[in-house]
Amino acid sequence: MSYRVERMPEMQFRDLEQQQETAQFGMWVFLATELLLFGALFTAYTVFRYFYPAVFAEASHGLNAVIGTVNTAILIVSSVFVALAVAAVKSGRRKAFLFDLSAAIFLGTAFMALKGYEYYEHYQNNEFPGLAFDYAVPNAPIRQVYFFLYFAMTGLHAIHLTVGILLLVYVLVRAYRQHYSTAYFAPVENAGLYWHFVDIVWIFLYPLLYLIDIHH
Amino acid sequence: MTDRTNSDLTNYVIGGVLLVLTLLTYLAARIDLGAANLIIALLIAAAKAILILLFFMHARKSGGLTWVVIGAGLLWFGILLLLTMSDYVARYPAI
Amino acid sequence: MKSETHISELRPPPIEPANYLNADHGVKSWLFTTDHKRIGLLFLASITLMFTLGGVFAMLIRLELLTPKGDLVSADTYNKLFTMHGVIMVFFFLIPSIPAVLGNFLIPLMIGARDLAFPRLNLLSWYIYLAGAAFTLWAIVSGGVDTGWTFYTPFSTAASNTEVIKTGCGIMIMGFSSILTGLNFIVTTHKLRAPGMTWFRLPLFVWAIYATSMIMVLATPVLTITLALMAIERAFGIGIFDPALGGDPILFQHLFWFYSHPAVYIMILPGMGVVTELICAFSRQRVIGYTGVAIATLAIAFFGFLVWGHHMFVAGEAAYAAMAFSFLSFAVAVPSAVKVFYWTATLYRGSISFEAPMLYALGFIGLFTIGGMTGLFLAALGLDVHVHDTYFVVAHFHYIMVGGSLLAYFGGLHYWFPKITGRMYPEGWARLAALTIFAGFNLTFFPQFILGYLGMPRRYYSYPESFQTLNVLSTAGASILALGLLIPAVYFLWSWFYGPPAGPDPWNAKGLEWTIASPPPKENFIVTPVVTSEAYDYEVAEIEPGLFYEEAD
Repeated sequence: MSYRVERMPEMQFRDLEQQQETAQFGMWVFLATELLLFGALFTAYTVFRYFYPAVFAEASHGLNAVIGTVNTAILIVSSVFVALAVAAVKSGRRKAFLFDLSAAIFLGTAFMALKGYEYYEHYQNNEFPGLAFDYAVPNAPIRQVYFFLYFAMTGLHAIHLTVGILLLVYVLVRAYRQHYSTAYFAPVENAGLYWHFVDIVWIFLYPLLYLIDIHH
Repeated sequence: MTDRTNSDLTNYVIGGVLLVLTLLTYLAARIDLGAANLIIALLIAAAKAILILLFFMHARKSGGLTWVVIGAGLLWFGILLLLTMSDYVARYPAI
Repeated sequence: MKSETHISELRPPPIEPANYLNADHGVKSWLFTTDHKRIGLLFLASITLMFTLGGVFAMLIRLELLTPKGDLVSADTYNKLFTMHGVIMVFFFLIPSIPAVLGNFLIPLMIGARDLAFPRLNLLSWYIYLAGAAFTLWAIVSGGVDTGWTFYTPFSTAASNTEVIKTGCGIMIMGFSSILTGLNFIVTTHKLRAPGMTWFRLPLFVWAIYATSMIMVLATPVLTITLALMAIERAFGIGIFDPALGGDPILFQHLFWFYSHPAVYIMILPGMGVVTELICAFSRQRVIGYTGVAIATLAIAFFGFLVWGHHMFVAGEAAYAAMAFSFLSFAVAVPSAVKVFYWTATLYRGSISFEAPMLYALGFIGLFTIGGMTGLFLAALGLDVHVHDTYFVVAHFHYIMVGGSLLAYFGGLHYWFPKITGRMYPEGWARLAALTIFAGFNLTFFPQFILGYLGMPRRYYSYPESFQTLNVLSTAGASILALGLLIPAVYFLWSWFYGPPAGPDPWNAKGLEWTIASPPPKENFIVTPVVTSEAYDYEVAEIEPGLFYEEAD
């Protein structure tokens, strides 16, 4: 028989339900700020693509649309696993909960690995402003802008994904230690919200960066 | 709070739909449709985002307050994007 | 011969009930506290230090400007002085001031909660502020920065040879502090109100902090990214702002001002919230137009996001965009003016007393009005062409930031000092300080309107001989202002330890914070209050029959 301790709400809350509702609302507000964070970069992207659509199109050939598509699929599947994990913890299915979390972590790491490979390829092809960039080709300054924005946007996304992975790992460790229950699972849900947000950001980055001109 | 759980089937189905939409985005981008390429890609991306919001993030079942927060984020991002672009478009109309 | 002190003249140490100050002892109990009241005080200490540093830079600027030639410091040093004055005052004093000190202390008290929603996040917010301040101080001691607090590119990214990156990092870090504080306040106001405390029963100070927090969380991320991009461009020679690299400097300005204009509303809205509290308390009146003030507060926060282009009228912005921004800038003045009218209506036929907080509040109304109206001059496109980048602009924003925000901050500190410390400050000295600050302030900045109109550019360390008289007046005013600011520093410190005990409600004011002991107990409310009355539940003043209407015969 498992022994479960009733978790006490923090001092400023009436009960555990208010605490969990508040935490979730806090995560939503935080996600709104994150939208503005990425939004600044999307704005910069829009300005430059508006002015230089041809150079953006040409420069985007340096991106591997197959890897981009595979990565998009990876993140979507990872989001499915996170959603499954949340459902599992709410219904007390511990094994499924631990497995789904682990799968999501694995997939997130796979995304990072592919991304790292892409970055390495860009470095090899002199498409990495600041480290190795070919300024002798036509339209080099705007190509620099395109790749700068590519690295800035995918880099910021990768940082957020890393934080997401660490969050899920933290939740996994706590889950392993039976920290969550059918009555207390807010951190899992909130980590899930964060993960889904990071997925949504990528869903927009993918066509804007990779699919500008793959019909040529 | 506790009645906002998806069945596993729902999660699989939505995941499947998202993967199909991803494939669709990729295939549509391989056809040259001119300016429509961007619009189609963004519309599909928006559809995917809405599905994730509604089903994985449970925005459907959360209170109106959640929608206010989502709306506020989108509105403010819109302000940033549109007002900034209005300056550029006014100076260099219809490139 | 030493006279004996009679035992009746000894002031025995007050027997203190348990409160948040004496609940725990030791440095660790302060550095690891999650009590919003203590965190408010931690912020008070930090921002006071930064304010003092910013003030030192201000004095050096004014000393240099005593003479027409640049003779006190070199031109490069002068550039650093006004830059660091601006960076410190904007980011490390004004933005946090009322929210992080008074907001932190009062929001849970005013809504009937035991703490904020996320107390540990609150403490983290303070530590992040310290980290940001430390970075900026490091930048200052390693040579300073000379780009102006606005960091315009490509000077900041390519030409300046000062500590731009360190300063940018310091500000970015401070931004996170701001976002977390705002997030905490928003969530707290939504979720932790006591039973019966509906939105429209909240003190208007809470509405003001809520609107401010909205701005903090939505605008600051854009600043974070913009400064990061600037730092990367400077460090690696890659980026999107330098035309030589293919970039656009106007884009920097758009992104920078998208934050920095709403930032000025972060700096003024809390002050307006404080003023509403003070006006009600010291005219013993219900606020006239509660709903109007609440809506106006939100309107200012919203419209404040639509006007940033008015900083770029002469930067190369499109004429149509400029016209739109100009129109919207006129529009944003309307809710502010609405508030001034409501305050005036609240004062009317009130039972007014002129304690120090009220002096600050009245000073705010007058000076903010001047500052606001001169903002309209700047919003007019044609006029702005002439006065942009002159001392007219400098005077305008100092009327709002100092005449407005700083006065409100001081008014609030005086008003809630008894609640925070359980003691009273000396009223005579406080009134003297308030009047000195008011006089010194006007002497400092009113001449600057004239100087700017006559054409004296800002950020210059030398000027034509004919401008000297006005500059000397301005510096004299600055000295008086500095003196006035020093006086409260002394008596607040003294009163904390030796002031007479204040009791729970020395002002006979309405509001949940005045129903508990001064200083408050650690958990604020022993019993969760149930709210049944409206805010500012003062007795409504009798209107004389015949005053507003004809009596029926």
